[in-house]
Amino acid sequence: MMSHAAYVFASYGIATLTAVGLCLWVIADGRARQRELRELEASGVRRRSAEASTGEPR
Amino acid sequence: MSENSLAIRKFSDLANPTRFLALADRVLPWFAALTALFFVVGLWLSFTTEGDYQQGETVRIMYVHVPAAWLSMMCYSVMALAALGTLVWRHPLADVSSRAAAPIGACFTFLALVTGSLWGKPMWGAWWVWDARLTSVFVLFLMYLGLMALNRAMDDPARSSRVSAVLVLVGFVNIPIIKFSVEWWNTLHQPASVLRLDGPTIDPEFLRPLVVMAIAFTLLFFTLHIAAMRNEIWRRRVTSLRRLAARSAGREA
Repeated sequence: MMSHAAYVFASYGIATLTAVGLCLWVIADGRARQRELRELEASGVRRRSAEASTGEPR
Repeated sequence: MSENSLAIRKFSDLANPTRFLALADRVLPWFAALTALFFVVGLWLSFTTEGDYQQGETVRIMYVHVPAAWLSMMCYSVMALAALGTLVWRHPLADVSSRAAAPIGACFTFLALVTGSLWGKPMWGAWWVWDARLTSVFVLFLMYLGLMALNRAMDDPARSSRVSAVLVLVGFVNIPIIKFSVEWWNTLHQPASVLRLDGPTIDPEFLRPLVVMAIAFTLLFFTLHIAAMRNEIWRRRVTSLRRLAARSAGREA
């Protein structure tokens, strides 16, 4: 039998791990997609809408 | 594209993914900062307020369990609205929104289930019971996982969006079942004590940290949702650019 405090800390621990893990996954996913976009751009592939304009493609 | 054309003047302007990306860039730092601020205050309140005279320290589990459970239902409601946007208005960002929300909703539902279990053991003497509330939330968790699997199984978002939207809307029937399960059936889980027609029956001592934590969780959801939507738009651009590159390579050959 765990003490009551152990249940509380286990709850907050799991909540922190899940929330931080989710944030890190979203950030890592975003960075990976941006890197792919930059690589494609560097190899000269452009979106049609970006080709039509003079501005930087996003 | 000139800077002027990227300005968002009306709601329908958000339908342009490029405009959405510009807006996301602008609001995300503010949302992230607000989320952090509310979590600092919320966590401080969670551990400095008094324990319950019956439940003792374990009442503090409520400050993560209840917001996580609320968010698990709100996230599904956001997905249901997005599904309507896909099917009725064919809004180009609706499917992006629904797809981006599913893993976030799954995480919040997982948290609600795990913290509920950790609260159930000391208070009820059981990690899990198959009562109506627990079972319906477990079904919600499975639905999130099913939708994520479906979204990943189909390569072409244009085709998968309608199937996924129909499934989300069918699954929405579970949300009122979860909410009212504690009234319709005799459950071990307690009935609502905050969102009630006759006002909250919970002591202000517990309500204050609960509300602050609920706002913090909601802000966290919107921050992650906007960021995940941005990732999904980028992902689709990468896919279409690769297709474009493959096509032009084929032509050159």
